[in-house]
Amino acid sequence: MSSINTAHSVVEPSRTSKRIAATIVIAYAVITMIPLAWIVLTSFKSPPDSISYPPKIVFQPTLEGYCNLFTTRTRQTSDYIASLGAPTSTCDEITRSRNMVIAGPSNYWPRFQNSLVIAFGSTFLAVSLGTLAAYGFSRFKVPLAEDLLFFILSTRMMPPIAVAIPIYLMYRQLGLSDTALGMILLYTAVNVSLAVWLLKGFIDEIPREYEEAAMIDGYTRMQAFFKVVLPQATTGIAATAIFCLIFAWNEYAFAVLLTSGAAQTAPPFIPTIIGEGGQDWPAVAAGTTIFVVPILVFTILLRKQLLRGITFGAVRK
Amino acid sequence: MTARIRKRTGQFFRMRRFKTQVKSVTHTSSTILGEAVARATPVPIASRIRGLSDRSMAWLFITPAIALLLAVNIFPLIWAIYLSFTNFRANRPNAALENVGLSNYSRVLNDPNIWQAMQTTAHFVFWTILLQTLIGFSLAYLIDRKFRGHAFWTTIILVPMMLSPAVVGNFWRFLYQPQIGLFNHIVSFLTGIPPSSFEMLGSVRLSPWAIIIVDTWMWTPYVMLICLAGLRSIPDYIYEAAEVDRASLWRQFWSITLPMALPFIMLAVLFRGIENFKMFDMVTLLTGGGPGSTTEVASITLKREAFESWRTGRASAFAIILFVAVFGLANIYVKALNKVKQR
Repeated sequence: MSSINTAHSVVEPSRTSKRIAATIVIAYAVITMIPLAWIVLTSFKSPPDSISYPPKIVFQPTLEGYCNLFTTRTRQTSDYIASLGAPTSTCDEITRSRNMVIAGPSNYWPRFQNSLVIAFGSTFLAVSLGTLAAYGFSRFKVPLAEDLLFFILSTRMMPPIAVAIPIYLMYRQLGLSDTALGMILLYTAVNVSLAVWLLKGFIDEIPREYEEAAMIDGYTRMQAFFKVVLPQATTGIAATAIFCLIFAWNEYAFAVLLTSGAAQTAPPFIPTIIGEGGQDWPAVAAGTTIFVVPILVFTILLRKQLLRGITFGAVRK
Repeated sequence: MTARIRKRTGQFFRMRRFKTQVKSVTHTSSTILGEAVARATPVPIASRIRGLSDRSMAWLFITPAIALLLAVNIFPLIWAIYLSFTNFRANRPNAALENVGLSNYSRVLNDPNIWQAMQTTAHFVFWTILLQTLIGFSLAYLIDRKFRGHAFWTTIILVPMMLSPAVVGNFWRFLYQPQIGLFNHIVSFLTGIPPSSFEMLGSVRLSPWAIIIVDTWMWTPYVMLICLAGLRSIPDYIYEAAEVDRASLWRQFWSITLPMALPFIMLAVLFRGIENFKMFDMVTLLTGGGPGSTTEVASITLKREAFESWRTGRASAFAIILFVAVFGLANIYVKALNKVKQR
């Protein structure tokens, strides 16, 4: 490439290089979306369509996967089904066409609710504790601050299974096994490290002068914190909260080891969805789709803060 | 009242030295601040809280977080250290507890299965990091060409890393099915190999690659995002100077782009390294460590020891060894990273 006849700025990439870059990046983006698109497609397939050979791209969409996800069914004779009245819902109709009747709700919805309670509960606690600690580290001379911060980060380096062994024993003693409270406390502890590191970065960026000015006007430090610092840190707090939420939402290792029934979250449950004769892939896909969509929304909301979040605030833009 | 406060805050600002990053916000914020201060007039209770010194407030703010970490992270860790010197079995909590000294540690370190698991983990960590760094950096480099719509496509590329490795990893089991799975059919379409002639999850040779492919699919965007930040941190004038000196693009890449983005690449490698060393969820759901033990990474061995064989003492010893290894390696690495940064 000759650098003599460059009409544009020297650092501006040439048009050809832009075009090549765009082609490769878009191709990668499309390829990377295939598995996700396949999840959504499979969720609208009937079980026979989902396991056809070769895989079907064009098919008759059905809600069977979603129906199977939310219900349990029992096989009945066609005489018995004929003796029933008219189907009351679409799911009813689909189920009967397979010679089955709906026996009751499945465990998906309760597991999903557990996920909601545990994720939001732990996020709230982690962000509250994290904001306070981050302010403390940001504004006051804390003895051994560096060491404490490093200690907070290092708790994140332990393999979850290593943490789970003693936690399992401790929770068994305290009666916290398989309870939402136990999981909330555990996820709060895991997330607090992220919250402190991220929020310290955000609060460091708020000039101290704001609080100092407010304090000159007769505010106490505490009032200055609540009325001046917190409103300024809203974006940072929101971004941190979403990161904590996503972690708690996606977590599997602790959930599978420490919960089995009452407090089980969706991630350990979804892989156990089975139909007649093996895994019911449309139902699994439906469960996965419903579980993943909120995260997609959050990713789009968060895209500007993503970098900070994933590096514990080490890289800012 | 507001006007007075504004004037005073204004004076205050002028008195102070400013960080560059703050400059842009001060203009609008001083108005916001003025209103916020005016809205909330100090109440009598304030005088009581006023007694709280900065020092006690610092502790009041920091203690809850530290206390929680001590209770949920450090106390269990100390308990695990204690257990690692005993023959405790969690499924027989009432059996007599015996102090076995260091024998758990020596058994773990002499167990060929555990070394096998460490080797599997090393293989997994090495290849995932290599692939993710190469693909991630290349993508970042291409996105940094700033073609039209690059922000949109970047967001699309970032999606996989935000999803649950367990839930999405579980679905890859379906994609890898030899007869009906999409993956085999795409490979067959591209290469002509019949789709049912190979099993990604069932074969000893391919299963380690099956988990590497999923992990690379998921986490390449992570490396890409950090590399992109690195590339964007390089100021334009350096390239301009290079252009004046007639440095070739190739030369610019090796002498400017790569060295200046290196601390960022290293940071991404650090985070991915720690995460993949701990890998559990995706591999558990995809292969469960199989076939045989070909994909049994350290965390899965640990889980089997602790929650299937119920050798809690021995598992604790293994857990401590793993933790010390991650911690030690991460520390050495951070030192190296800081050296690169200072250069």
